[in-house]
Amino acid sequence: MAVNAKTLNETEFFYGHKACAGCGGSLAVRIALKVLGENAVAVLPAGCMSAVGFNFPQLCFGNNAIISTFAGTASMLTGVQAGLRAQGITDFHAVGFAGDGGTADIGLQALSGAIDRNDDILYICYDNEAYMNTGIQKSSLTPFGARTTTTPAGKNIHGNLRPKKNMFEIVAAHGIPYAATASVGYINDFMRKVEKAKSIKGTKYIHILAPCPTGWGIKTDETIEIAKEVVDCGLWYLAEYENGRFTLNHRPKEFSSVKEYLKKQSRFRHLTDEDIDIIISSRDKKWLQLAES
Amino acid sequence: MKPFLRENIPTDLEEIPDAPAYEAGYLVTKNAGWRNVRPVIDPLKCTVCLNCYLHCPDGVIFRKDGRVEIDYDFCKGCGICKKICRLGAIEMEAEKNG
Amino acid sequence: MAKKFLSGNEAFAYGVRLARPQVISAYPITPQTIVVEKLSEFVEDGSLKAEFIHVESEHSALSCAMGASSVGARAFTATSSQGLLYMAECLPYAAGGRFPVVMMNANRSTALPWNIYGDQRDSISQLDSGWIQAYAENAQEALDLALMSFYIAEHKKVSTPFMANLDGFVLTHTYEVADVPTQEQADEFLPSFETENKMSLTSPKNLAFSAGPDTNTFFKYKEHIGLLNVKEAVAEAEKRFAEIFGRQYSGLTESYKTDDAEYILITLGSISGLVREVVDKLRNEGKKAGLLRLRYIRPFPNEEIADALKNAKAAAVLEKDISFGNEGTVYSNVNSALHKAGISIPTSNYIGGLGGKNISAEEIEYIFSDLTRKKSEVKFLGIGGEDSGS
Repeated sequence: MAVNAKTLNETEFFYGHKACAGCGGSLAVRIALKVLGENAVAVLPAGCMSAVGFNFPQLCFGNNAIISTFAGTASMLTGVQAGLRAQGITDFHAVGFAGDGGTADIGLQALSGAIDRNDDILYICYDNEAYMNTGIQKSSLTPFGARTTTTPAGKNIHGNLRPKKNMFEIVAAHGIPYAATASVGYINDFMRKVEKAKSIKGTKYIHILAPCPTGWGIKTDETIEIAKEVVDCGLWYLAEYENGRFTLNHRPKEFSSVKEYLKKQSRFRHLTDEDIDIIISSRDKKWLQLAES
Repeated sequence: MKPFLRENIPTDLEEIPDAPAYEAGYLVTKNAGWRNVRPVIDPLKCTVCLNCYLHCPDGVIFRKDGRVEIDYDFCKGCGICKKICRLGAIEMEAEKNG
Repeated sequence: MAKKFLSGNEAFAYGVRLARPQVISAYPITPQTIVVEKLSEFVEDGSLKAEFIHVESEHSALSCAMGASSVGARAFTATSSQGLLYMAECLPYAAGGRFPVVMMNANRSTALPWNIYGDQRDSISQLDSGWIQAYAENAQEALDLALMSFYIAEHKKVSTPFMANLDGFVLTHTYEVADVPTQEQADEFLPSFETENKMSLTSPKNLAFSAGPDTNTFFKYKEHIGLLNVKEAVAEAEKRFAEIFGRQYSGLTESYKTDDAEYILITLGSISGLVREVVDKLRNEGKKAGLLRLRYIRPFPNEEIADALKNAKAAAVLEKDISFGNEGTVYSNVNSALHKAGISIPTSNYIGGLGGKNISAEEIEYIFSDLTRKKSEVKFLGIGGEDSGS
């Protein structure tokens, strides 16, 4: 039976942390650990979740957890799983939680290496679409048009000029045993994917979109609905890659308004109708591609 | 194991571990002071669907004796629970000192 | 014990096998490559039971080794030069985390200009990273050091990563006869790795956390004490080693005819063999020369240096590195040791062997004749001027 609110492990493993109110990333970490259980051994690089969870003597992980170097989430996970296995310990889940910068930028090499070796790890990227811990700077997962502190929106340039890198497909191209996208706006879908990843040997990757009220310019109580809306308007899609095949989990009958989604967030408020048209046409192009695959 | 509040705050050289490694889930401060508003659950409207529990970024909502309760020591008052509740069973009330 | 004809790299690999590491993270770089090749052969032929991880970079090599150590596994890696610099972020990380990882470094020049040959600027540039640093002279010492390094690094009072340095090519690729102890002897010498500094399923921990201004100094102080405790751990390891294997080592330094020496040359690594020959030649000529070989430079052997030099008239440091804009780093450290001990003798610094340049017996003789002058100076061997020995 699929895990749900009633069957989910009642123990909280990520508790008392200092994440901003309404933080989507902390929800992703919390839920994933509840699905994985007490034998999760978590590796988190320098970034939001380690900054808010590991300030001695305030230590907010009830399970084993360690901070890695910024680039070293996957490589430290490799060492953790190899070290445990070498001691004959097998009933553990080595899990990494890294942000978008830690995954798609500085940590990509180590992640690629771990997938190449098919190390027995679950790597979860909580994507809040910018370097939030250092104060909202652009990463390669910042979407087109978003204003960050290094892609200011002015008269000449309207925020970030580059589209979001597709980490899910990059990871899948390695021939990884399991990869998935998710959103904290569809938490049951995420739980199901973590549950599935838990049972698979080898490298697993889940990319979960996790809004950051501080960086996105939304109210703290809007995290979940905005994370749902990004899926409903087609700018993010929920999918899986398993046994060499892609599966689209959720195909909206009709997309909700991209403009409404964008205008709710101060990071996009400067966008012109022309900018929004670019975003819509790139969405349509992607969905055409998804329909063909 | 759920992290919980401890009485002892290690501050002296002797109490500090040799390596940066310490008991998991060792809490010494609360988050209650972050809050301007607090969620209050109306038990008459609540059907214990646990949607609020599922979506709480801080994990402060829990089941007890067939009811849903909130750990106000660690609730930051983000309001996600109120928004997610389909039955309108949660209201945000101003903190007296907030 | 079996006598084998081994290169420095191979000897080290044999020593590592005897230590039974549980995780080996490997990334190739000249002139270290043979160590990881050899270890992969040992894993393949079943003589070494270890998780052999083909990491995709040196940064990952050490990050992986730390991950293994953080769950209580004995971990080994090896690198050189650019690789050491690429993993530099992980060096203080491992030391601060108190992960007793052992790493062999094949000493090699650092770019630019590119050069694959041996000098010691790679490891000496990382002297402040919190690692134990030892320098082997020959293949036998390399093998023995490999085995002892785990004992010392994992010692309860130390819990600090260990960098064992072998001069690139001159030592890593030179074949010598070495005794290879039996596995039974090695097992008697080296206990299995036990630590409280780990993530365990029965007693969960949070590791590698942040420590603010209030407690940070405490952690750094303890790290410092851990390194200072190495001296005691080395003595303990070498005593035990001598009992089991019959080979004697002399702690952080090795003195050669320093007791009555008037002029002492201080150096480290493989060049010491040639210096010893020159000392013998000078002694035959009635000149009171001596050699002090630094086997460890972290922790720095302050007392040993002061003790060896207390009756000398002058001393020199010959080293294969230069801290640009100042002087050789070992020289700075030696002068500090002498100053702290109230020993005031002229000292000179000779920079040689950069990028693998040969250091000749004549140049070493020149150093012994030059250091008698009462003037402290830094000289590059072989460069211009009547005073430079070329």
